[in-house]
Amino acid sequence: MTERFDAVIVGAGHNGLAAAATLAKAGQRVVVLEAAAQVGGASVTREFAEGYVVSAGAQWLYQLQPAVKKALGIDPPLAAGRLDTLVLAEGGGEPVRYSAARAEGVGEADRRAYAVWAKRMRRFSRLLWRWLNRVPPRPGGESRDSRRLLRMAVGTRLLGKRDMREFLRLIGANVYDDVHECFASEALRAGLCLDAVLGSHAGPRSPNTVMTSLYRRGGDADPLALPAGGMGAVANAMLKAARDTGADVRTGSRVGRIVVANGRVTGVELAGGDTIASYTVLSNADPKRTVFDLVGARNFEAGFVRRAANIRAAGNAAKLHLALDGLPDVPGLDTGDLGQRLLIAPSPDAVERAFNPAKYGEFSAEPVMDVSIPSVHDETLAPEGSHVLSAIVQYAPYALNGGWSNAAKERFLETCLVTLERYLPGLRARIVEGELLTPVDLEREFGMTGGHWHHAELAPDQFLFTRPAVGAERYGTPLDGLWLCGAGAHPGGGVTGAAGYNAARSIIDRDAGR
Amino acid sequence: MTRYDALVLGAGHNGLTTAAFLAQAGLSVLCLEKNDYIGGAAVSRKLYKDWTYSNCSYVCSLLRPEIYRQLNLAKHGLQVTPFGGSVTFMENGDYFGSYHDPVVAYREMARHSRRDADAYTRYRADTRRQSRLIREFLLTTPPDPTSWRPRDLIGLLGIGRSFAALSEEQMLDTYRFWTLSVADYLNEYFETDVIKAALSGSGIIGTALGIYSPGTAYVLLHHYMGDVDGNVGTWGYARGGMGAVSNALAGAFREHGGELRTEAGIERILTKKGRVTGVALDSGEEIEASTVVSAMDVKRTFLDCVEPEALPSAFLERVRHFKSRGSSGKLNIALDGLPEFPALPKDSPLYYSDMHFVDSMARMERAYDDWKDGTWSKDPYVDMVIPTLVDPTMAPPGKHFMSCFVQYCPHRLEGRDWTRAEREAFAQTVIDQIANYSPNFKDLILHVEIRTPADIEAEIGITEGNIFHGELTMDQLLFNRPVPGYAQYRTPVRGLYLCGSSTHPGGGVMAAPGANAAREILADLRRPSSVPESFGDD
Amino acid sequence: MSGRQVAQGRLVTPFYSRQRELDTVNRWHEWKGYTVADEFYCSELEYFAIRNATAVFDLTPMTKYRISGPDAPAYVDRLVTRDMTRVPVGRVAYAVWCNDSGQVIDDGTIFRLGELDYRLCSQERHLDWLLTSAAGFDVDVAHETADVAALAIQGPTSYATLDRMGLSAVGHLKPFNLMEVDFAGTSIVISRTGFTGDLGYEVWLPPQVAERFWDELFAAGRLTGIRAIGTDALELARIEAGYLMADIDFLPADTAIRPGRTRSPLELGMEWLVDFGKPMFNGRRALADELRKGSRWRLVRLDIEGNKPAKDAYIFAKPKGGEQIGFVTSAAWSPVCKQNVALGTVNARYGAVGDSLWVDIYYQRELHWTRKMARATVVDGPFWDPPRRRATPPGPY
Repeated sequence: MTERFDAVIVGAGHNGLAAAATLAKAGQRVVVLEAAAQVGGASVTREFAEGYVVSAGAQWLYQLQPAVKKALGIDPPLAAGRLDTLVLAEGGGEPVRYSAARAEGVGEADRRAYAVWAKRMRRFSRLLWRWLNRVPPRPGGESRDSRRLLRMAVGTRLLGKRDMREFLRLIGANVYDDVHECFASEALRAGLCLDAVLGSHAGPRSPNTVMTSLYRRGGDADPLALPAGGMGAVANAMLKAARDTGADVRTGSRVGRIVVANGRVTGVELAGGDTIASYTVLSNADPKRTVFDLVGARNFEAGFVRRAANIRAAGNAAKLHLALDGLPDVPGLDTGDLGQRLLIAPSPDAVERAFNPAKYGEFSAEPVMDVSIPSVHDETLAPEGSHVLSAIVQYAPYALNGGWSNAAKERFLETCLVTLERYLPGLRARIVEGELLTPVDLEREFGMTGGHWHHAELAPDQFLFTRPAVGAERYGTPLDGLWLCGAGAHPGGGVTGAAGYNAARSIIDRDAGR
Repeated sequence: MTRYDALVLGAGHNGLTTAAFLAQAGLSVLCLEKNDYIGGAAVSRKLYKDWTYSNCSYVCSLLRPEIYRQLNLAKHGLQVTPFGGSVTFMENGDYFGSYHDPVVAYREMARHSRRDADAYTRYRADTRRQSRLIREFLLTTPPDPTSWRPRDLIGLLGIGRSFAALSEEQMLDTYRFWTLSVADYLNEYFETDVIKAALSGSGIIGTALGIYSPGTAYVLLHHYMGDVDGNVGTWGYARGGMGAVSNALAGAFREHGGELRTEAGIERILTKKGRVTGVALDSGEEIEASTVVSAMDVKRTFLDCVEPEALPSAFLERVRHFKSRGSSGKLNIALDGLPEFPALPKDSPLYYSDMHFVDSMARMERAYDDWKDGTWSKDPYVDMVIPTLVDPTMAPPGKHFMSCFVQYCPHRLEGRDWTRAEREAFAQTVIDQIANYSPNFKDLILHVEIRTPADIEAEIGITEGNIFHGELTMDQLLFNRPVPGYAQYRTPVRGLYLCGSSTHPGGGVMAAPGANAAREILADLRRPSSVPESFGDD
Repeated sequence: MSGRQVAQGRLVTPFYSRQRELDTVNRWHEWKGYTVADEFYCSELEYFAIRNATAVFDLTPMTKYRISGPDAPAYVDRLVTRDMTRVPVGRVAYAVWCNDSGQVIDDGTIFRLGELDYRLCSQERHLDWLLTSAAGFDVDVAHETADVAALAIQGPTSYATLDRMGLSAVGHLKPFNLMEVDFAGTSIVISRTGFTGDLGYEVWLPPQVAERFWDELFAAGRLTGIRAIGTDALELARIEAGYLMADIDFLPADTAIRPGRTRSPLELGMEWLVDFGKPMFNGRRALADELRKGSRWRLVRLDIEGNKPAKDAYIFAKPKGGEQIGFVTSAAWSPVCKQNVALGTVNARYGAVGDSLWVDIYYQRELHWTRKMARATVVDGPFWDPPRRRATPPGPY
């Protein structure tokens, strides 16, 4: 007999779970189907060497939206919170250090400028996230949409003349120019540049990188933290929330296809051949995979297929995981420092130069990195006295010329290790085992097209009103019954919970006839 | 001390336009020019024997026809002749031609990709839809989105109305268009590298951006929104060189009693209690006026010519950070004869077209990477034309003038001044690239004028030699241009206005900034204005 | 090196040599890159060949695509608005296809040549759209305009002419049927289709046998009044037949720049071509929406009083003081119907069959212009639709 649910959610990434919990809480009968043995998608903790576990996808918690936390009643336990970001100096030595409010290790003028800058960015980020936490209104839509648009416009105007002008200017500006305008410290500029382009196919000189920077700051989200037990803890908290509200979450349950009959979605077919019926299917998978693999292009109208095919989703970020038999002894950095967020970004130009090759299908000769050694705060991650290092490494284009062969991976790994050694001297000698996940590996492991952590490039043309593509910008798609609820949907990627939560709310609104 | 109703600083095409409209309204106007010739960057100059060089701007289509007509420029000697097409030479010996004749253009595109040839229909319609939206606003003052004044709200409503006429899908596509890179935009239509490379050039000409930089799809419009006699997107030559534009504008200005003075550089714009009172010239002479209009770029105007104390510090700060990076160079070449391009048949109409030598998106973008690294492109995007094929008045019979616009070329090399040897190496890069496709080209060269952004700055006065008086990025367009809150041609100094390309709608020989500024000034003076409205719907 | 240059002027069709011989007026124009005749000796007389004898029109420049492969039937069905699963092998279907917004990209004819083999024939070029539509289908789409020469053979004696040529088998063809026949050792396709609203056939053949076919056709037609005709004559016939022309009566959606200039099939009076019983076709959502909310426009066929063709005229609801509700897109005095006919577009609130509308006609007599407000009655169906168009087998006439 075919099971029937009010809603089926394909994929138990954190967004899928957030959607499940939200729908179940509203009284819907929900099932979440996850192919992997564990939930979480790219918000996951797993072993990569014997005794060593790591957050295999996302490695920091900093964007989880307070509204989502509150609605779902989750508050993942932290191993460490309020972490600083350190921009490492070559060969060790005093790093530049900044948090959400303060910068240190820079001149007095920069300190003052940073305080002002950070405050401004926070204001603007909160404004942006006010929009991002809502279902985007339709321009030219019903009066309810017009009212929402008007509210957005008025909200911007209420910033006051000066702020509004600055916001409207900055939203299109590039971070490179902005940090040069504001700061003298090359390291501070570089760190902020890297922040803005992490996970993107962009360099600091690409226009609109101030916008991605505002996105990254997460509005009202809590400051940078490490969940206890890795990012899997966030997923587990969401899993608990989902199950507590009655959602049925099944792992090891791979969806083969989303079933379409008579022009609408009628359920899903599992890889084993069983079908589960539902007139509402939410896909936590990325948009391209959803359209082309799970549903099939022929079930959509051709114009939408073209738009889906044009979604840019080629990742540039690789993940590097190292098992260490101890911490390196880096001049100028104590153990506490090593537990902070460590950036390898020599200068804004170096970040830009690292990006250049990615445009031509080559990896960076001198990659830039966002490094975490979570075991400093969390003993559960490595054997006693040992440590794990996790790093986001850019740029490693998904479509590498010649492909990501073993030899190419070896070459890039070596490049990464050489770079790391320059900024964390003594590290190499500590390495017991290592793992490099290129975007191709990330695609395989997490099922996300292009290995892109945002599921679809977070560029302005795929942002706000048009994410991921015209026709699917408000979670619903042109195919009746099919919804998107993953990072590829509004507002975007990162462990925010917003996409899943908003998608579920859209469905609840629809069902309530709102 | 002499006194005028209004002074216009700089006799470039925008300055002359403002001056002409002010004079037409009955004001006594003096236009001051630092060089011993007028025209700014729209000039025809005899720099080698009997050759006439359009040594800065070299083609004409953006010049607003409304202004052409209102100022009677035809009567004052301006004649614009359209020319057609373009060609991109390929490394494999082939070429991609964009013919003026649409039938042949289709056939040629289909030779490279039939799918692309068919997709071009959609591309053209979608791009022209965007172009139409912006054309409407060229001859209007951008409304201030932060203001509650009726005229700004009405202006915003006007934009809203043309936007609301679109379908929802078109609105969203418009939003996307404004934010896309030209490369990504083209990728949504075409599959063939050389076709995309050829079309992408218009997204980066004159900008300090690469084809993959978001926002460059919009720059396409700055090259598509022009027209010659209503043929939107067509380019033309001003007969006798681009100086003909400036001379005609000057003619219109003088006809209404305007006075022009050359070799009159500005030392200072004089202010008193937040009001402009006149200018002091290099010579020490002072001229009084209660209205002063600067056609110079915003940085040069405020950083070089106004006492900082007269300006709010936040404004000054924004001006300081206004981006006006030089990114384009030029070679002007006198030729002993017509160079041959063996890839083309001898009688090919493509000889009359723009010629380009970069055949892939990657090469286009790498050219930009060189510039970011502080040097000129080693494999540059060159936009080369031979105007003498259409306008024989510019060179002796049988001889030719060639204009090579070169993207990219920095203002300074890795942060220092250009040396003579480097300027020559830059020129050689361009000459070698062309010679790769034209074996007899080098033998025909009689004279080469090399123009880096530094030369353009030194001669014309544009900060860093940026041909648009400031980059055309979202943070510097419309109500952000040149400075948020000061996009309506007025400045913090009462009576001092801007009318150059630093203001909306930006650079190109368009004359729209000059006309819009004149309209605002005359409104402030409560004088009737003859500045035309847009012809509308074309 | 210069061998790459594409042809610079207009191309000629495989029938050009024969047409050149018949031509006496030297009036040609460009059609999709080819040179075709406006008329050969006198368009008025050529028109009467369509209505009275056998008229031959060179269709070669029509855009043609071959669509084949295992998913071809499903592909074609998703592409167009009508139900293509009910079109069997040997049948031709007139169809329109829409973008996702339900706006007509173009209309054309689809020939089912085999179980998994179709030919699509249209005015405009659509390879980009056809390939975009092919995502997810195992189907091959090939452009074959230059590989297939085509002639329309139309008029009451057209069957008689083909019969004399030895192609009597086509007598069994009902309207919109097609068959393959042998000609000069090669297989050619003949369909009972046309753009004249009269008895007629279209022949699709390899270019190599084009001239030979023409010669035999004209030899056979000597006693049946055969005439080569140009576009001018055809244009008049198609208006009488009430057929729409892309870029004249509607704007292909891909080419529209200004908002609101495109049309849906419902607005073009093609409800009968839209099958909402199909669960999926391009434009379905938008058209279903339009059906609910109502259309903006309505295409009308007008019978106008008097004899002054209403070319480019405005349409009004009232003869005086009424608002302008639309405009005429095609108009002519019909010599065969003795009617003043027109096609037009009006605001959908107006123009029900039988309604009276008013058209504002400007006409010139000896250089002076006169204006006339004429009553126009909205009529249903084609202006010219003789029984011989459908009679099978056709009479000898």
